Amino acid sequence: MKKTLLSAAIGAAVLGISSAASAATLDDVKAKGFVQCGVNTGLAGFAQPDASGAWKGFDVDYCRAVAAAIFGDADKVKYTPTTAQSRFTALQSGEVDILARNTTWTISRDTALGFNFRYVNYYDGQGFMVPKSLNVKSALELSGAAVCVQSGTTTELNLADYFRTNNLQYNPVVFEKLEEVNAAYQAGRCDVYTTDQSGLYATRLALSNPDEHVILPEIISKEPLAPAVRQGDDKWLDVVTWVGYALVQAEEFGITSANVDEMKNSTNPDIKRFLGTEADTKIGTDLGLTNEWAYNVVKGVGNYGEVFERNIGQGSPLKIARGLNALWSKGGLQFAPPVR
Amino acid sequence: MTDSTVTAPPPKRETKSLIYDPKARSIFFQVLTLVGVVVAVMWIAHNVSSNLARTNTASGYGFLNGRSGFDVGQSLIAYSSDSTYGRAILVGLLNTLLIAVTGIITATIVGFIIGIGRLSKNWLIAKLCMVYVEIFRNIPPLLVIFFWYSGVLAVLPQPRDAIQGPLSTFLSNRGLTFPYPIWGDGASVIPIAFVIAVIGAIGFAVWQKKRQMATGKQLPTGWISAAIIIGLPLLAFLAVGAPLTFDYPVEGRFNLSGGGTIRPEFVALYLALSLYTAAFIAEIIRAGIKGVGKGQTEAAAALGLQPNKTTQLVVVPQAFRIIIPPLTSQYLNLTKNSSLGVAIGFPELFSTGSTSLNQTGQAVEMISIMLAIYLTISILTSLFMNWFNAKMALVER
Repeated sequence: MKKTLLSAAIGAAVLGISSAASAATLDDVKAKGFVQCGVNTGLAGFAQPDASGAWKGFDVDYCRAVAAAIFGDADKVKYTPTTAQSRFTALQSGEVDILARNTTWTISRDTALGFNFRYVNYYDGQGFMVPKSLNVKSALELSGAAVCVQSGTTTELNLADYFRTNNLQYNPVVFEKLEEVNAAYQAGRCDVYTTDQSGLYATRLALSNPDEHVILPEIISKEPLAPAVRQGDDKWLDVVTWVGYALVQAEEFGITSANVDEMKNSTNPDIKRFLGTEADTKIGTDLGLTNEWAYNVVKGVGNYGEVFERNIGQGSPLKIARGLNALWSKGGLQFAPPVR
Repeated sequence: MTDSTVTAPPPKRETKSLIYDPKARSIFFQVLTLVGVVVAVMWIAHNVSSNLARTNTASGYGFLNGRSGFDVGQSLIAYSSDSTYGRAILVGLLNTLLIAVTGIITATIVGFIIGIGRLSKNWLIAKLCMVYVEIFRNIPPLLVIFFWYSGVLAVLPQPRDAIQGPLSTFLSNRGLTFPYPIWGDGASVIPIAFVIAVIGAIGFAVWQKKRQMATGKQLPTGWISAAIIIGLPLLAFLAVGAPLTFDYPVEGRFNLSGGGTIRPEFVALYLALSLYTAAFIAEIIRAGIKGVGKGQTEAAAALGLQPNKTTQLVVVPQAFRIIIPPLTSQYLNLTKNSSLGVAIGFPELFSTGSTSLNQTGQAVEMISIMLAIYLTISILTSLFMNWFNAKMALVER
């Protein structure tokens, strides 16, 4: 879903401001003492500064979990707000260590752009929002509509494909910035707003009259949103991936930020191994971290369920249901390989 | 007297050292600069290629032939999401040229009127023109664009309540929708007739000038030329049986469908750039006219030329020589400022270019393409204006 300062991007690409981009990102991060995390410039529930200027959100908590795993302190993160257009250059140039910015994992981003994705932290899909007054019940009724969309996103491409496949006419109204798309939709420049469903909920909340807009039932694409790192640094990819799985695994074990200290006394061998209390374990050190890494993650930000509910679920104004993002054991897709 | 003009020969240099040879020194420094530039360029190129390799980013221009997959709101040529990235860039380029050409024409006309108005002896007209210039000259163009865009969007109704104008035109916040002409069989003779008419009008003007030189008699050239240029295509149109039908806009569920539409993004960008640049052009015009010596006007009056003939034959031709060079930079400014259209979603070159950039991740390639295109447009504009300037320049006899 979104972009960066083109000039900064080019400057970075041309001049190679790239000290942080050497192969051993984990060592660099440890040496500088914080994780540089690329996040959205502002998407309610996912990454947004609060009233005091502190970044909050689902993606932000992921960055905090990575920091907790490395340093035992979830606050050792610095944030770089990136737009849909600037995000990739920011990661390529080494300006950020991880891109946790509701970015869809696609094959071309994995290959041609030179990134690696492995852990999907949110399974999303593209949807449509329309004013209730239009009385639209299905996306298939949208022929002839003007559609507001942000440029440079997978959303823009899915939109073109969906309307083409279904033989519907539409009139694209394309803006570079999320704020501009929102303003145009609010002003009635277009009839339909399209983006990932999670983004639709967040955007609707920000409209002056949220109750007068409906989100249509169709989901027209798969949007696995995943944190991205640069290719060619497997160790760093392992750290970033397993932090994500640790969040999921903790939920599966029933370990929360509240009971994690208690759980340390658990006799369950799986939990002991996970929390690093097993004797002579090397699971954390093999990852390049301490054996307490998973404990620190849960202590710092909670488990996947806690992070979800707090930022975008029932504990937040967005009230997004777990749906596809429920644990695999509860009918969802969130599945962590064994910590063993 | 003649003897005193002979100067002493320059004293012979004692040393033959190259350091003291001004020619050798200037060559040395030029070579040094050249080497510096070449090294800098090579360093940048090496840095880019090694960084691209390090980040495993694909490079090369092959992506231009790939399917773009995105749609564009306004296009002068056939374009769909099945078209290539190269075509998307071409669509953007044509939209940029559309804005540049329409904007330059309007800005020049408005600028002339305001510039001359500011010289008016009528106090009210002069002050109004001054206020115009001072307002637009002191506001950043991006703000002017947003002013028009928000203004257009805020004032106009939804398409369901569109304002109906004459001739089945509709005005709404989706733009101005109008009946789109569809030409039938035989319509191709009309542009041919138009070209013939233009050639005929030019021939007539040349003949008229010769005749005036020979006999001193004048004909109303302007009116006759206009009659030829409009009349001949019109005759051709009627002769082939008026093969013209219209695609009328009809109200659809969401928008007016059918017909042609001028989108608010285009209108906002066009108005903003034209009116903004016109303020600068007005000042250039004023400076040009003021720059013609008062003696010229007085001499013309002394020769018995009437005031309008004085302006037409004495002041304007001389003012042109002062006006054209700075006018060129205003034209270039307007063309380059069209890239601000990206802020309101007008699909000009920078907009479609940066979308392609983001969809492919080919930052260096896309930026180099956009740089090359803007540079080419600007150089072509400059060349044309230099040629025009040379034609207008004072021919010394």
